[in-house]
Amino acid sequence: MNVVIMGCGRVGAQLAALLDEEGHKVTILDIEPYSFRRLPSSFNGTPLVGDGTDEDYLKRAGIEEADAFVAVTQGDNRNVMAAQIAKHSFNVPKVVCRIYDPLREELYHTLGLETISPTTIGAKLLRDVVVG
Amino acid sequence: MYIIVVGGGKIGFYLTGALLSEGHEVLVLEKDPARCGAICEELGSVVVRGDGCEARTLGDVGTERADMLIAVTDEDEDNLVACQVAKHMFKVPRTIARINNPKNEALFKKLGIDVTVSSTSLILEHIEEEVPTHPLVHLITLKGGALEMVEVRIPPNSPVVGRRVREIALPPDSLICLMIGKGGAQVPTGDTILEAEAQVIVVTRPEVEEALRAALTE
Repeated sequence: MNVVIMGCGRVGAQLAALLDEEGHKVTILDIEPYSFRRLPSSFNGTPLVGDGTDEDYLKRAGIEEADAFVAVTQGDNRNVMAAQIAKHSFNVPKVVCRIYDPLREELYHTLGLETISPTTIGAKLLRDVVVG
Repeated sequence: MYIIVVGGGKIGFYLTGALLSEGHEVLVLEKDPARCGAICEELGSVVVRGDGCEARTLGDVGTERADMLIAVTDEDEDNLVACQVAKHMFKVPRTIARINNPKNEALFKKLGIDVTVSSTSLILEHIEEEVPTHPLVHLITLKGGALEMVEVRIPPNSPVVGRRVREIALPPDSLICLMIGKGGAQVPTGDTILEAEAQVIVVTRPEVEEALRAALTE
């Protein structure tokens, strides 16, 4: 699979490493080159400095041939915008978008984006631990 | 009308002042407490501190009864999300987004934002008008962006000088609708002769702009 990931934070870097290990072709975008330190030295994919909400950088990252796009920057709005560009401008078959704000996540889910809210998931997991 | 303005920067501030003086009910959402204080001091209690992209904040300020939401922060993604939340969660009939990166104009339209205003394109067009040597100046983009009006100055060495309008091969969908020359402004016919140094106003399509410039000046 060809996968483009936007955001090389802890989650982005870990996801990139996992997919790369499984033999997928991974390109990871971040506006801050220092973020790429999080990638393991064994990483065979392509780190690329650039803004994933800009169509030109997405094209450079190979979005036109991508099978999947994942938006995991710190900014909910940036993720939402990049995911919508990938889905509606480049017709990427699989687009996943992280949204911290549960209400925003609900909205974009109903608008047809595949979304994950770590806030909701994290809170539920913690609750289960607390009350057993 | 009840209008919500997202972003209390320079544009948000002056926009709010203008809308208030027209008698509208206006509310500004601004994240930065210092900006909130400054707006409150100048314009009265028309500002609420909060994130205009958050559904909860928008709910608190009665967005469901707003006639319009205008997002003018300097981040395109924030303007997009504020408008989408207003439109889809609160059914606001009209959403307007400021765009900083002109590349985003088509995307915002596609995603259902009613009106987009590209501050960067507007500033560029105005500066172009003031650069006298620029051979082609954008005057106005007609609604929808399919057609535009441009002004071209005919250089003295241009091959079209002394030729009739009907003899000039213009690109498709292009029409010379005004010539301003030594004799003043006139609406040209096919027999009008183009003068050196005349300004011509042409309706054209953005895609053939370069061909038009070449046809009239080279």
